[in-house]
Amino acid sequence: MLAFLVSAIRLGMTFLLGSTGETITEKAGHLNLGIPGVMCVGAACGCYAEYLYFTEVGIDIDPTLAILIPMLAALLGAAAMGLLFSFLTITLRANQNMTGLAITTLGVGMSEYIINEASIIFTKGSRYFRAPLLEIPELEWFGELFLGHGIFVYLALAIALITTYVLNKTRIGLHLRAVGENPATADAAGINVSLYRYVATCVGCGIAGLGGLSFIMDYLKGNWEYCVDAIGWLSIALVIFTVWKPNLAIIGSIVFGALYVASSYIPGVSFAGKELFKMLPYVVTILVLIFTSMRKNRDHQPPQSLGLSYFREER
Amino acid sequence: MASSEKKHTPLLHIVKRDPGTLTWGYKLLVRGIAILAALVVCGVLITLLTGENPVVVYGSMISGVFGTSRRVWNMLQGVAILLCVSLAVTPAFKMKFWNIGAEGQVLISGLACVAAMMFLGDVLPLGLLIVVMVAASVLAGMIWAVLPAIFKAYWNTNETLFTLMMNYVATQLVAYFLKVFVKNGSGVLTPMPEFGLPVIGGQAYLLNVLIVLVLTILVYVYLKFSKQGYEITIVGESENTARYIGINVKKVVIRTMLISGAVCGLAGLLLVGGTNHTISTTTVGGRGFTAIMVSWLGKFDPLYMVLTSFLIIFLEMGSQQVSTDFRISSSISSIVTGIILLFIIGCEFFLQYRVVFRKNRKENV
Repeated sequence: MLAFLVSAIRLGMTFLLGSTGETITEKAGHLNLGIPGVMCVGAACGCYAEYLYFTEVGIDIDPTLAILIPMLAALLGAAAMGLLFSFLTITLRANQNMTGLAITTLGVGMSEYIINEASIIFTKGSRYFRAPLLEIPELEWFGELFLGHGIFVYLALAIALITTYVLNKTRIGLHLRAVGENPATADAAGINVSLYRYVATCVGCGIAGLGGLSFIMDYLKGNWEYCVDAIGWLSIALVIFTVWKPNLAIIGSIVFGALYVASSYIPGVSFAGKELFKMLPYVVTILVLIFTSMRKNRDHQPPQSLGLSYFREER
Repeated sequence: MASSEKKHTPLLHIVKRDPGTLTWGYKLLVRGIAILAALVVCGVLITLLTGENPVVVYGSMISGVFGTSRRVWNMLQGVAILLCVSLAVTPAFKMKFWNIGAEGQVLISGLACVAAMMFLGDVLPLGLLIVVMVAASVLAGMIWAVLPAIFKAYWNTNETLFTLMMNYVATQLVAYFLKVFVKNGSGVLTPMPEFGLPVIGGQAYLLNVLIVLVLTILVYVYLKFSKQGYEITIVGESENTARYIGINVKKVVIRTMLISGAVCGLAGLLLVGGTNHTISTTTVGGRGFTAIMVSWLGKFDPLYMVLTSFLIIFLEMGSQQVSTDFRISSSISSIVTGIILLFIIGCEFFLQYRVVFRKNRKENV
């Protein structure tokens, strides 16, 4: 049971990073279906940087650098993909769904290429990411559940909470939401719509890229698997599941993580039955989609101009 | 121009084009330049990665597609299947129904088809079996497509995510049934060519190509000349207009997705019954997503879509050849496809907008 929850939390943080990134982008009015590709690129860049760092220094490894270098690489690689998406959808006003899907195709291909250049085993690097941030005192289950995690769990929580604060309590957040709800009004109020959208998309992608890295380094213990994109799609679903609120996403992501890993921990599930269990997160998302659309609660709706490009002269 | 005026005039600004003013030649030119530029970028990229002369790389691409008659048939088959899925998603997209679930719709109909082959193959005569296979595939595709449509029509449920999630539900169902069907637990179903669609003209893929050819014409006529096709266009342009002139939008949405699902069902039938004679979770292999691109790049016109699906297949097969010839990772194929798609998506800007530089401003005012 304890192992199940710990595993759910670890995987959940990947979803949390991915969905927080996507939430920031969507709050600015851009639906980025490229997140799966972006997360792949983030994961691959981070792993590749780790590989380069290890081959460079040999055995003389600095634990802080072993964490910071891959993170920075994941952040930059993913943000670069975000910049590409932003240029096409904001400056060139291309269709966001199409651009997103193309970015996903490109990102998945790029990540496979990058990973083939390095290796697919990063267990050595993974140890640094999974090293408990806090020393566990004699608290048994409590310690293991809340204190024994690696850096990514706390980083993800911090990012989600900061994002919630910035979106709801600061002027920048207010402007960002205005840009997503009604860009024409925001423009008239003197807010630089393009700038907000560019920054929101790139920051969002950077965070999602970290999520990709956390999936490989933390949850998979450094064993690369070619399924980061599936995690990315679930992260997008999580945004809707948690009605565009990163603080709710903390709970939501752990629920998703639990649903995703449930099949391995519930006793008595047959070999074939496991496959049915893996369907759960998707089915739950569909049910939530239906439920929220039927309720039509005004607080639970997507940003009004989500998915639409803004062109000033078209008013 | 006075310097004070300059200060208030941006260096360049963007003006929307009137769609009527675009000439054929200009559209062709912009898209041609985009594809050419993308090919140059890809060529440079591959040259950097392999150190080979780009001309040799392009030569390898062309030989990968047209080199032998077997490759040409593979290419035709690839185009046919991709085009079939693209034809399926087109009516929905024309209606601005963002169905990204073609992947799942095709996969689930493949599963229905394989189930029919497994359980009825020994019971029914081949002719009747094929009828059952067609019916099962088409029905499965329709069910998978109509669920999101009903919720979209009545409760405005987000169809993009609904259809996306249905993909994964379908994948897991296939994974489940593969473990149930295959007793040894390997999850690999042995092909059953004896129950497949008939082979005509001695070419395994000829029937598929012919069926898709007929389908292309049918979808073209349906969208362009039928009343229902007209209704789809109106709903896509403006739902309010559609309601105003008395079109039942809910009915159109559900009906169109039924048709879309049925064509996806046919694609599943061709893939499983006509090609692989078995199924795996990767049978559709991302075609559901690529099809969206094909359809959109072809401006939802089935005849252009023949060209765009050829372009995509050419790139895929060509870059696979490059990856074997120069021993680089086969993922180069999705990188190349991604780059070309982004270029074509980006070039739409120059078709919809006009960039006006400062010095030209006076004449445009």
